Amino acid sequence: MTLHKVAIPILGEEIVPRFDLTTEVIILTTVNSFDIQDKKIIVLPRSSSDELCHTLLAQEINTLICGAIEDEYYEFLKWKKIKVFDGVSGTWTHAFKRWQTQTLNPGDILFTRMVEGNLI
Amino acid sequence: MHSFPEIHQLLSSPLDFAHILDEIPLGILLMDKDLRVVHLNRFFQALTGFSLDMAKGVPCKNILRSSACIINCPVLATHRKNRSISCTSDIINTDRQKLPVRITTAQVMDTQGHFTGYMETIEDLRSSTPNDPEKNVAYSFANIIGRSRKMEMIFQTLPMLAQSDASILITGETGTGKDLVAEAVHQTSGRAGGPFIKINCGALPATLLESEIFGHMKGAFTGAVENKPGRFKLAHNGTIFLTEIGDLPLPLQVKLLTFLDDRIIYPLGATKGFNANVRIIAATHRDLEYMVSIGKFRKDLLFRLNVARVHLPPLRERDADIRLLLDHFLNYYTKKQDKKINGLSEPALSVLLTYPYEGNIRELKNIMEYAVNVAQGNRIEADNLPAYILDHERVQRISKIAAVEDVPKIQSGEPPSSAPEQPHKIEQTWSSVQRQMIIDALRTSRGKKSKAAQILGMSRSTLWRKIKAYQIE
Repeated sequence: MTLHKVAIPILGEEIVPRFDLTTEVIILTTVNSFDIQDKKIIVLPRSSSDELCHTLLAQEINTLICGAIEDEYYEFLKWKKIKVFDGVSGTWTHAFKRWQTQTLNPGDILFTRMVEGNLI
Repeated sequence: MHSFPEIHQLLSSPLDFAHILDEIPLGILLMDKDLRVVHLNRFFQALTGFSLDMAKGVPCKNILRSSACIINCPVLATHRKNRSISCTSDIINTDRQKLPVRITTAQVMDTQGHFTGYMETIEDLRSSTPNDPEKNVAYSFANIIGRSRKMEMIFQTLPMLAQSDASILITGETGTGKDLVAEAVHQTSGRAGGPFIKINCGALPATLLESEIFGHMKGAFTGAVENKPGRFKLAHNGTIFLTEIGDLPLPLQVKLLTFLDDRIIYPLGATKGFNANVRIIAATHRDLEYMVSIGKFRKDLLFRLNVARVHLPPLRERDADIRLLLDHFLNYYTKKQDKKINGLSEPALSVLLTYPYEGNIRELKNIMEYAVNVAQGNRIEADNLPAYILDHERVQRISKIAAVEDVPKIQSGEPPSSAPEQPHKIEQTWSSVQRQMIIDALRTSRGKKSKAAQILGMSRSTLWRKIKAYQIE
């Protein structure tokens, strides 16, 4: 049984477009990358990349799914052996499902595309 | 090609709306009432990295990715106040760079005056943002600092080079600031208002690099599902920075050479060329003349790029600058991390001034960031510095002692060891010292490895590896 912790910075139901402006992060603990064993939301006192990185390390996160992130923090998290899927946009549930099925890629835009209410 | 509405009744023939937007030197984003992206221009793509195919129909905050979008959306403010709004903010582009921008929003009306959507213009403020106070240092050009003779000569040359439109080749070891010089030249040139596009020639395989640099047409190859303009087209009226040019594969060197000759780019699968007005700055840490001699780099490309050459000296040749840079980065990180550190202690300074900095300014910067983070008091002490620097300093000291001890031997007629053997000798000396330290610790702990590791301040696994390496029984 392997436990894997996935963190997703969120804004409502969606992934927050900017890592450095995150005030809420959802942490999902999975067993063998599939069954969710635990789900919790951490509310940060203020948005700060440094503090969020610290939180991710303190929580022993294995994978981060986030929106735009500065290269300095991306490289730091990679160095700390956190797998980062950055530039992902859409609902966090959708992104998490894609991660579970190993079909998530950095830069994925998971929104349904619409213009003036019509699907495109 | 995208079919996009035309503008009628302005001139005798209909105008291509997308083409008009592409020629405007500002990022432009058009959205519907629900803030979904309808169109964007070429400058916007150069700034953010998002093409129209990637962005169309997506909520704009996920494409522009500005802090204003999340903190106080200017588009919604425009709607509430029923007028145009302008604000300064920053964006993070797909290259993970944070850029300062000015965002101006306006409502878009149809011919009957009904509100139909929004338009945002994004101005790149990199060239007009005043330098931070910590960057305002004498003996500097843009963000490059130095007062050594070699740097002074570079500072005298760079403004002249910036004003010309010549290709520049920047050479220098890793960490000497080649990227910084390239950006400084762009920002102080007449092209500062245009895009600055960077390509790392060593970061992508040749096949991907070609379509990344020159672009491709839809259907040009399997997987080319959309038109891609390529970085040269995105850099139109700006500067393209080819870093690690020494790693550019030979077939692409030929294509780059062709572009430098006729200034026309042909995306993969295109029948029509695009006349790109681009200034080229290239950089490399490799010895291009040597690469030419072994046939890894084209001589004619070197001649074309080498119109003006800027060689950045390594830090070991800039003795006068080390103190200046130490103070600069100390000041910078102290302010950034809101600490109260006044300076460096004498032992710390002496270690830092004698360290060879093989990674140059990048290494010095990282050392200072670490030291400021670790320092508890109001001065940086020697033990606040990374351990590997202190190890290096210890090795130097031991080697000096060893050298002093060797003097009588030399006088007594033994031949002096040759200079190239010196580094090996230093390594041996340090190894023997470390071996002895491990043996002493094991003796003190009566063979208990966990206790010995604790005494030595290393983990058990490190101690175990070292015991194996030094063959300690």
